[in-house]
Amino acid sequence: MEYLYYPGCSLESSGKPYDESLRAVFRALGIGLRQLEDWNCCGATMYMSVNEALSLTVSARNLALAEQAGFRDLIAPCSACYTVLLKTNRFLRESPELRAKVDQLLGQVGLKYSLGVRVRHPLDVLVNEVGVEVIASAAKRSLEGIAFAPYYGCQIVRPERGFDDAEFPLTMDTLFQRLGAKAAYFPLKTRCCGGMLMTTFPDVCLQLVKDLVECAAENGAQCIITTCPLCQVNLEGYQKLVNKKFGTSYQVPVMYFTQLLGVALGCSEKELGFHRNLIPWRAPISVLAA
Amino acid sequence: MASARVDASPIKFHAPVPGSLPAPERELRRRFLEEAQVVPGGGRISQCLQCGTCTGSCPVSYAMDISPRMVIALFRAGQIEEILRSRTLWICASCYMCTTRCPQSIKITDLLYALKRTAIDTGLYPERFPVYRLSKNFVRVVNRYGRNQETLLLLLYYLRNPLGLLRLLPLAIAMFRRGRISMLPKKIKGVGAIRTILRASKEFELPREKEAVPYTEGMVGYGAVGKDQPERTS
Repeated sequence: MEYLYYPGCSLESSGKPYDESLRAVFRALGIGLRQLEDWNCCGATMYMSVNEALSLTVSARNLALAEQAGFRDLIAPCSACYTVLLKTNRFLRESPELRAKVDQLLGQVGLKYSLGVRVRHPLDVLVNEVGVEVIASAAKRSLEGIAFAPYYGCQIVRPERGFDDAEFPLTMDTLFQRLGAKAAYFPLKTRCCGGMLMTTFPDVCLQLVKDLVECAAENGAQCIITTCPLCQVNLEGYQKLVNKKFGTSYQVPVMYFTQLLGVALGCSEKELGFHRNLIPWRAPISVLAA
Repeated sequence: MASARVDASPIKFHAPVPGSLPAPERELRRRFLEEAQVVPGGGRISQCLQCGTCTGSCPVSYAMDISPRMVIALFRAGQIEEILRSRTLWICASCYMCTTRCPQSIKITDLLYALKRTAIDTGLYPERFPVYRLSKNFVRVVNRYGRNQETLLLLLYYLRNPLGLLRLLPLAIAMFRRGRISMLPKKIKGVGAIRTILRASKEFELPREKEAVPYTEGMVGYGAVGKDQPERTS
């Protein structure tokens, strides 16, 4: 089995551990990942607020390239990329007029897209296609002893209603509980981390991050598991500023879900990019039997 | 405020007449409704019940000057200029909780995007709010390299806010030491294609919603409430 892979801009820099651990997990499961040749930025929410038409065409270029490569599924791990590509697909499917226009624009650069690509999140592929039982049988270590806060963030469950519930998703809970870990009570699992507000309105965003970290810590989670590069940076990188602003002393490790999954699959720390995490992450892992 | 401007409409009453609007306000509404038409389901704004679920669900409504529910109320009351000048549009983090929960399936987040674009087009956004600057820089970086370069984007952005950069320095250093900051931006091979699309898309217009209602004076005030409901026949 092989999937086409669209890393997205964040996974090239701040989200590097996500990229590394995702590749390691797929390697450990014996599933191929081939990077989409010469992909471009999906446009994110920024582009949309300046020019919606352009953002659709620019992201459609990636879908056209994926189709050209002959793949049916395109894996997009970044929540923003996932939502934007999914949205582009839906708009093109629902509006023939829009499709004609986008086709015309793509035609000028020698591309063509005939709606043959499905955009998938790696969590969706791992749980709904590979299967929890297959992953469990490939696991080399039990995660028993870890209490995690499953943090889905906003964009993979909203607004396109992808593969799980918009308010109370359970995909990650199911997966990691099957591997032995315990899901902490975490009612804020789909609450927004503020995203780019950290740059534009830091004070508003720090409050949101504090709520999330506080909720995880108060409910006994030893770590927070995320699916989004922006959530990870906000929750991990800005915990120090949260502590400074609110007089707290939180130090909750924040990992990508692929990092914790990789631990269960027996990948090495280096493979999973743990050396790039900012907050000491070893404490919850060290309780595991080797 | 709109009333401070020259009113081109022939109405000369001192007290506002229900259902009539000053010319600038009318023009802004026309522009917004045009933007709203490219949102699938954008016309459902007229179905708002004013229940407040959007405001209650919004994680950042506490920092807004006009809550999402009030945005729709003000739109109905003919105060669109006030919405365009608010900080609300720029505080929305685009998490779509309001859209998911709205009992009338109003696409609130996408309508806020439409308002944002109207504000940018008409130059009514508050200068001191930096979101617009961030978006502009983002588009600039992507158009140049084909991908976003986080480092370059943040440097461009913080050029006008060095104090903010100073606050982030410890984090930046920590990230750099762990290899999470890419220093040299590289162009993708297809950047020429991106630019071609860019140029060609200047004349590109999104198809409008067919069922969208054109602006009429009846869309303001009490007359607007429930006006799209089918008439009862019993």
